[in-house]
Amino acid sequence: MRFSAFKIISEALRGHKGWDATWRDATPKSHYDYIIIGGGGHGLATAYYLARRYGKVNIAVIEKGWLGGGNVGRNTTIIRSNYMLNGNEPFYELSLQLWEGLEQDLNYNAMVSQRGILNLFHTDAQRDAFIRRGNAMLLNGADADLLTTAQIKSRYPFLNTEDARFPIKGGLAQHRGGTVRHDAVAWGYARAASRLGVDIIQNCEVTGLDIKKNKCVGVTTTRGPIKGGKIACCVAGSSSRVMAMAGMRLPIESHVLQAFVSEGLKPLIPGVITFGAGHFYCSQSDKGGLVFGGDIDGYNSYAQRGNLPVVEDVCEGGMAILPNLGRLRLLRMWGGIMDMSMDGSPIIDKTPIENLYFNGGWCYGGFKATPASGLCYAHLLATDTPHETATAYRFDRFEKGLMIDEKGQGNQPNLH
Amino acid sequence: MIINHPLLGPRDAAEFTYLGDASLIDRPDGMADNALPAFIDYGYLRDNNAGEHRELWFHEQGDRSWLVVTRHTVTHEITNVELASDVARKRGRSK
Repeated sequence: MRFSAFKIISEALRGHKGWDATWRDATPKSHYDYIIIGGGGHGLATAYYLARRYGKVNIAVIEKGWLGGGNVGRNTTIIRSNYMLNGNEPFYELSLQLWEGLEQDLNYNAMVSQRGILNLFHTDAQRDAFIRRGNAMLLNGADADLLTTAQIKSRYPFLNTEDARFPIKGGLAQHRGGTVRHDAVAWGYARAASRLGVDIIQNCEVTGLDIKKNKCVGVTTTRGPIKGGKIACCVAGSSSRVMAMAGMRLPIESHVLQAFVSEGLKPLIPGVITFGAGHFYCSQSDKGGLVFGGDIDGYNSYAQRGNLPVVEDVCEGGMAILPNLGRLRLLRMWGGIMDMSMDGSPIIDKTPIENLYFNGGWCYGGFKATPASGLCYAHLLATDTPHETATAYRFDRFEKGLMIDEKGQGNQPNLH
Repeated sequence: MIINHPLLGPRDAAEFTYLGDASLIDRPDGMADNALPAFIDYGYLRDNNAGEHRELWFHEQGDRSWLVVTRHTVTHEITNVELASDVARKRGRSK
């Protein structure tokens, strides 16, 4: 079933009784050519591009919970491509371009809203760093715009530009950045993949990898064993747990990242704003709530909930630039588990085990990467060669000294 | 989280900074034949299990001691706290 204006009008006249399920809830077959472990945004996007762009068939996505219950439903919905390093920026720019055409591609309203992202800076040194970053973005075909305090004031009059400790000296804007309805990304990819014949199997947890003579030939699950041609792990947050079933240790620690949403307000913040002197970023959802977040809690965790010191830290950062947040009440807060890698960048690569592939290490930047991650992973699965924008995301970059460390923090995952 | 410091008693975890897996105490021998792979492993690979985890915390806003904390990564429950120097001494490492 295709969505169209005609279909909406005709269903409205018939009491909305003719809508189908968005995707088929498949039961597992005994064999697939491609088994994607993890039905998050990245796994569903991988399945979709594998079927659509690379013409592959007999694909399954297996998910231990329900679609949209993991990190694809726990992020703060921001899309942007304001990275600096060569290994990263072309990949994220590809992702932003895919976001721009996503709804037409999927025939699904994912509420892609290019409302712009603004990174504030507060010191002269930070201005220099942001100019450098903006130039790197322009060199890679992305858009970047350095704004003065007066330009920022005209769009965001409520920002505290005169704060004694962190005065706002300007900002780097990416006007093509913005937000996307995150659940709709999972649903849209699931629907489009399902229409191409991909089996989406929910409530099916992988309990083991079937490895014979250094070759992965299938998975065991809570719904029985499934044989597979190529097995693709795509479970960022729990990557270490799944790959431990293959006896692999990863350059990854799992950390909890909290996010927050306030009570609903009338339109206040037109775009996405980030604080440059602490870690705080904020946007307003279409329902009216302010969606914001900050640092990870900083210790290994699989708990999907965090602790109060980070709540305090995030709110302090918010108050520094948005004093009008002070009277706002918090509606909800939650946590998601991040694959924090050793250099802050992801991995999309083959593993030393034949027919076993890996996609993970997204740190807290996985959502914006969803389309490109899916496309590049599908490319790797289909062709056994890395996509041209993802050649740097290798396992062996650590031993070879080819880290992609945007923040320059070294091998300390909780600082990325 | 509250970390029960062996010398100072219960302290807020916010006073501490976190380094990572307690196996980081066991720095490989740089002169050994397998030093290169051993250091790649030491520097970049982690166990990262869901369950009991022994990890290094530094009491930065306190007595600046290093602790080995045994904590559950799913429940955050802390079951044991030792001074890292005691742990190393037990292995004949520090004096």
